[in-house]
Amino acid sequence: MIAFKLPSLGADMDEGTLLEWRVKPGDQVKRGDVVAVVDTTKTAVDVEIWETGTLFEILVHPGEKIPVGTVIATLLAPGEVLSPGEIPPARIAEPAATGVSQRRPVSPAARKHAEELGVNLDQVTGTGPGGAVTVEDVIKAAGGHPQDKAADMRRTIAIAMSRSKREIPHYYLSETIALGNAVAWLSKVNADRPVIERILMAALFLKAVARAAGQYPEMNGFYRDGQFSQAAAVHVGVAISLRGAALGGGLIAPALHDVAEKTPGEVMKGLSNLVQRARAGSLKSSELSDPTITVTNLGDQGVESVFGVIYPPQVALVGFGRICERPWALNGEIKLMPVVTASLAADHRVSDGHRGALFLARIRELLLRPEDL
Amino acid sequence: MEDIRAVVIATLKKIAPEVEEQELKDDSPLRSQVDLDSMDWLNFLIALHGSLSIDIPEADYARLITLSDLVDYLKTKI
Repeated sequence: MIAFKLPSLGADMDEGTLLEWRVKPGDQVKRGDVVAVVDTTKTAVDVEIWETGTLFEILVHPGEKIPVGTVIATLLAPGEVLSPGEIPPARIAEPAATGVSQRRPVSPAARKHAEELGVNLDQVTGTGPGGAVTVEDVIKAAGGHPQDKAADMRRTIAIAMSRSKREIPHYYLSETIALGNAVAWLSKVNADRPVIERILMAALFLKAVARAAGQYPEMNGFYRDGQFSQAAAVHVGVAISLRGAALGGGLIAPALHDVAEKTPGEVMKGLSNLVQRARAGSLKSSELSDPTITVTNLGDQGVESVFGVIYPPQVALVGFGRICERPWALNGEIKLMPVVTASLAADHRVSDGHRGALFLARIRELLLRPEDL
Repeated sequence: MEDIRAVVIATLKKIAPEVEEQELKDDSPLRSQVDLDSMDWLNFLIALHGSLSIDIPEADYARLITLSDLVDYLKTKI
């Protein structure tokens, strides 16, 4: 029998409310399957399972709030058979155990609203087809809690960021990077692509950071219990602002996995998908617990530079400001050049400014040769 | 053609659900009004492509500043 525990949902989220089971006892599950949906103070999360087997019993039901690490279900390993004495009586009496009977269709829009409004879907009466929960049902059930949800989100961010500023001796470096080559390369690539396949500069930034982080392992990993352990792969946490100014906005930084191995086009697809899912409330548990370094990109509506706060237990954060045109000396002439200010906030317990500078310089070199990214 | 404007606004709401149509100004810069970053903007164009089957080349982005610019541009492409 395998005990399936609620996995980590990121360093700043230590509990969740079970919203829904996606599987029922008797279902075959395999590594990576989404088996349940859990709500956190920031977002609804699709919980993945990391074992292969047959779901045996569900131990936590929709509506229950549980800490990370709680056993929420049991599984039979492949080939495992229970002797009759091991089968709990309830299981025999009621083969379709609880949780299944409570499963109702919920539209993605209703789930998103429920998340934003802090509504427990389990307590909403569905009026749609087959008892489905609709957006109207959620809004009716909300009755005025959005501020609570926004306050929870703010508190969660406050806890993580206070811990960061209390524990991590940050040092900061910045470098202005000429993007003439990258801009020209992107417009050439995008000219031949339909709108759905276009690549944004953000994808090149992520790729460059991931490649550089692979070469400077002291920027990529976790500082826990007084020591640093470097991560084997580079999973870049992408800071994504959640829309909905009325609800206080908010910020989440899920991982884009194995960025260094992907082409810029693949990074772009992954990024676009990640942003959409972050805003729709369907991130996966591994995406919240996996980031090994964070990139924040304030984008083209923002400001020139950002000095970030490291997301613990990570040890570095790379920030990019707005791309803007500046006079630039090149080959003895002054010309207009699109530039971006890249900054590094890094953990002085793990690295020194010298290595940080080399890391940032490596990012610059990579962005000067976009065709090799 | 009023219906193109309606399609544009309906599409915009998919990307930015908090948008209130009556608060949108036709003649001020759309992206700063609605706080669309480059990813939102791209997703907006992808969604427009889905509803109107118009592929807006990147080279034309610079002409599309206000809601009116965008609606006028789309009218010439339909």
